[in-house]
Amino acid sequence: MTKKLTPEQIQQQKPYLAWGLSEKEYDYISQRLLGRLPNYTETGLFAVMWSEHCSYKMSKPVLREFPSTGKRVLQGPGEGAGILDIGDQQAVVFKAESHNHPSAVEPYEGAATGVGGIIRDIFSMGARPIAMLDSLHFGEIDQPRTKYLINEIVAGIGGYGNCMGIPTVGGETTFDPCYTGNPLVNAMCVGLMDQADMQKGRAQGIGNAVMYVGAKTGRDGIHGATFASADFADDKETQRSAVQVGDPFMEKLLLEACLELTHKHQDWLIGIQDMGAAGLVSSSCEMAAKADSGMELELDQVPQREPGMSAYEIMLSESQERMLLCIKKGFEKPVQDLFESYGLEAVVIGRVTAGHQYILHHQGNKVTDIPVSSLTDDVLEEQGTEVMPSRLQQAALQPVWQPTEFDFAATFYQMLQQPTIAAKTSITQTYDSQVRTNTVVGPGSDAAVLRIRRTTKGLAMTTDGNGRFVYLNPEIGGKLAVLEAAANLVASGAEPLGITDCLNYGDPHDPEVYWELHQSVKGMAAACRALEIPVISGNVSLYNETNQQAIYPTPMVGMVGLINDIQKYETIKLKNAGDKLFLIGTTTDDYAGSELQKMLQHEISGQLADIDLKQQVAGLQQVLHAVQAGLTSSVHDLSEGGLAIALAESTFATDLGLQVTVPLTDAQLFSETPGRFLISVAPAKVAQFTELMQDKALLIGEVIPQKKFELKTLTATYQLDLLRAQKLWEDAIPCLMKSKA
Amino acid sequence: MRVAVVVFPGSNCDIDLYEALTSVCKVEAAYVSYQQDNLAGFDAVMLPGGFSYGDYLRCGAIARFSNIMPAIQQFAAQGKPVFGTCNGFQILTEAGLLPGALKQNDSLKFVCKTVALRVENNQTVFTNQYQAGEVIQLPIAHADGSYYADQETLAALEANHQVVFRYATENPNGSLNDIAGITNRRGNVLGMMPHPERAVEQLLGNTDGLRLFKSLLAGQTIKEAAH
Repeated sequence: MTKKLTPEQIQQQKPYLAWGLSEKEYDYISQRLLGRLPNYTETGLFAVMWSEHCSYKMSKPVLREFPSTGKRVLQGPGEGAGILDIGDQQAVVFKAESHNHPSAVEPYEGAATGVGGIIRDIFSMGARPIAMLDSLHFGEIDQPRTKYLINEIVAGIGGYGNCMGIPTVGGETTFDPCYTGNPLVNAMCVGLMDQADMQKGRAQGIGNAVMYVGAKTGRDGIHGATFASADFADDKETQRSAVQVGDPFMEKLLLEACLELTHKHQDWLIGIQDMGAAGLVSSSCEMAAKADSGMELELDQVPQREPGMSAYEIMLSESQERMLLCIKKGFEKPVQDLFESYGLEAVVIGRVTAGHQYILHHQGNKVTDIPVSSLTDDVLEEQGTEVMPSRLQQAALQPVWQPTEFDFAATFYQMLQQPTIAAKTSITQTYDSQVRTNTVVGPGSDAAVLRIRRTTKGLAMTTDGNGRFVYLNPEIGGKLAVLEAAANLVASGAEPLGITDCLNYGDPHDPEVYWELHQSVKGMAAACRALEIPVISGNVSLYNETNQQAIYPTPMVGMVGLINDIQKYETIKLKNAGDKLFLIGTTTDDYAGSELQKMLQHEISGQLADIDLKQQVAGLQQVLHAVQAGLTSSVHDLSEGGLAIALAESTFATDLGLQVTVPLTDAQLFSETPGRFLISVAPAKVAQFTELMQDKALLIGEVIPQKKFELKTLTATYQLDLLRAQKLWEDAIPCLMKSKA
Repeated sequence: MRVAVVVFPGSNCDIDLYEALTSVCKVEAAYVSYQQDNLAGFDAVMLPGGFSYGDYLRCGAIARFSNIMPAIQQFAAQGKPVFGTCNGFQILTEAGLLPGALKQNDSLKFVCKTVALRVENNQTVFTNQYQAGEVIQLPIAHADGSYYADQETLAALEANHQVVFRYATENPNGSLNDIAGITNRRGNVLGMMPHPERAVEQLLGNTDGLRLFKSLLAGQTIKEAAH
């Protein structure tokens, strides 16, 4: 850090450009918002608060398209996390957040602190975190760097979540070359609360105390938010300093202390917020802004890990495991005592003031005196320019790829070994998926299912994001991401309640990227409206580029659903010999962006068929009714690899086999037409089931007691070896990770 | 019967033990803070899994200096039942209530899965409801569960039938003699890496752990009948 520049030197030398603030923004701040030149500290605060990561200045116009209201919504976007009513005076709280940039640079700590951050968002609302999910997208497992990233990111997620005692119950892991330099690490946390315990991040009431709790402030993570708002290049290795280091033990103590405060001492507490991106500055000014208050802080009171930190460093540090509280005047001591009983520091660092100024004192000097709203509400929104990517304009003119002449059995076995399809057990078994003993269905099914103690209900949850489809058609891909998540919940017997999202894209100043963002959000929003579910929280991660190579546009959907009778949850596994097998939904030749196309062509191309949302939603409802009525023995949503892979997966970890006859070509067994399910039904329930499904259910075979897979297609009859299939599927990722590349 | 579930900073399976005892087995239980110094009024003590003190220094190494530990030592010395699962087992070895130590898994990774265990000794207060030699399934979830002791200690453990649970098909962590759980010489202190408290309800897919709690209750009933 250079010696502090004077306001005039800042104006002349423009150090703010390196911090991510544009000249236009700087001029607007000095001329319109302040009427003077901002000093060094103030300029730093503006740079970080006006970054895309904190202000959403470019994505906001697009995000407004999401529906965010509904009869269950108790808290929509804008707080630490969204909250939905689930009846019985209880609520479910959830949010997802990306930690892509830190994980690309320092994978263990990047992933670990991503988990830590999202957990704090959940308990800052007053909820007990009950489950974690993560959506990971890596490059192909053929480079040492990718293997290192996978090992470290997975270890970071497990290291933090396991220690916190929050089960990691689900998620997804996919592999594609576009994520090689820029892996995606999106973590979602789900919490459960009594509605009476709901908290907000606000600071109000003149004279009330602003208290700092948790870990001390160090120099780590300074400019993490602006770091996440810039793309990578090889000559910027020094960005490593922007990554924080996590301490899950400290966070476990902080979690228990904060929950004791929010659940037992609401009369002491006005508001609580996590110190996440942009640390103390964002949490404090947002808490003041939301309550339209003024705030004055004494930075010398902030617990510091190292000597000689400047005001700028104290305010921008992204040290982990810290929370900011607003405490009613007079209750500072009991709060201190409560935190001390957990071995934690709680310190008064300032007060809520009259007026609307945000004032900081450091070492006897007033280092900041600006309107609160100038940091939060006055940010200049940037309307991005949009252009349809040239690849999509060209795609319309190209012939559609169709698989021709291939060896079905060989393709079947090879497909099971594709990392995106292969078993993820080697990853998921390093996560504690059972702690707190509520996990009814853990990793490996369509969705995870948790029971809610002392009720008959359960929650199902999933994350989904298929960048390939969004790459080929952002709007349809956006619809598909939401529908796929809903299908996963429905297959588990849950009614979808709402979503959170992580929008992972490239540089939004690239008009093609901005168009992709806009179109896919449009598609997601349309699907949400069709399902009548709100988007209650989320996060945007832009600038996912390495040396100008952008990732596939990859919106991740995290969805939570409600199961009214937990005894009626459903899994993908076959249960009984003699059960009849049904294929739900029509299969057509849909290979654009499919796993088959990727495997055979080593690239994806083509056009996606448009989606009839109304029809899709009606189909989901029929399946949900069948599960809720207890008519199904197993339900598996068809996704990557199509029917052939769904059939195989439903037999794995059972002693059962399949006898199947389908009116489909060999290739169609791998088609990825959306909106389809594989359902097994006990013979006694077939009549009721087919009546409920009307003409949608096609009988395709039977579950048999032998470990055999006999498949008759329009082309030929095949005897497939299920034990071999399962072994290939199980060993694929461990083998790739061990192989020398 | 009244059971103490000891809570250390960083314990996280405390609720699982508590619920297994109270909701499922209908036994009276209470959380006891590591800061307490007595266990008066309790008939059994359980040390939960988790990451006491973040596993810093060594798993269980800091927890064993807690205020509550002398009371646990005394409780054990009186012959009353003391049970530790996962981190609880690690704490019991660090405290010297059980011999040996738990090292990092051979894989160097945390592992959460269900494993097969053979009940090697059903003559303890914790296992009297199991059949000798019976194979049961219980979940494990740990990074440091590789049991180690010197040859002399191992020989003594085997000779005295202190090995209560042994991994039956696959050794998931490199434990010597496939050891999953041991008692002290007297048989009233049991430590094990697997989590019986996670296997007490059909809804969660496994009830093989239930009989461990039932065993403790059965022992108590016999004791009460003898009075």
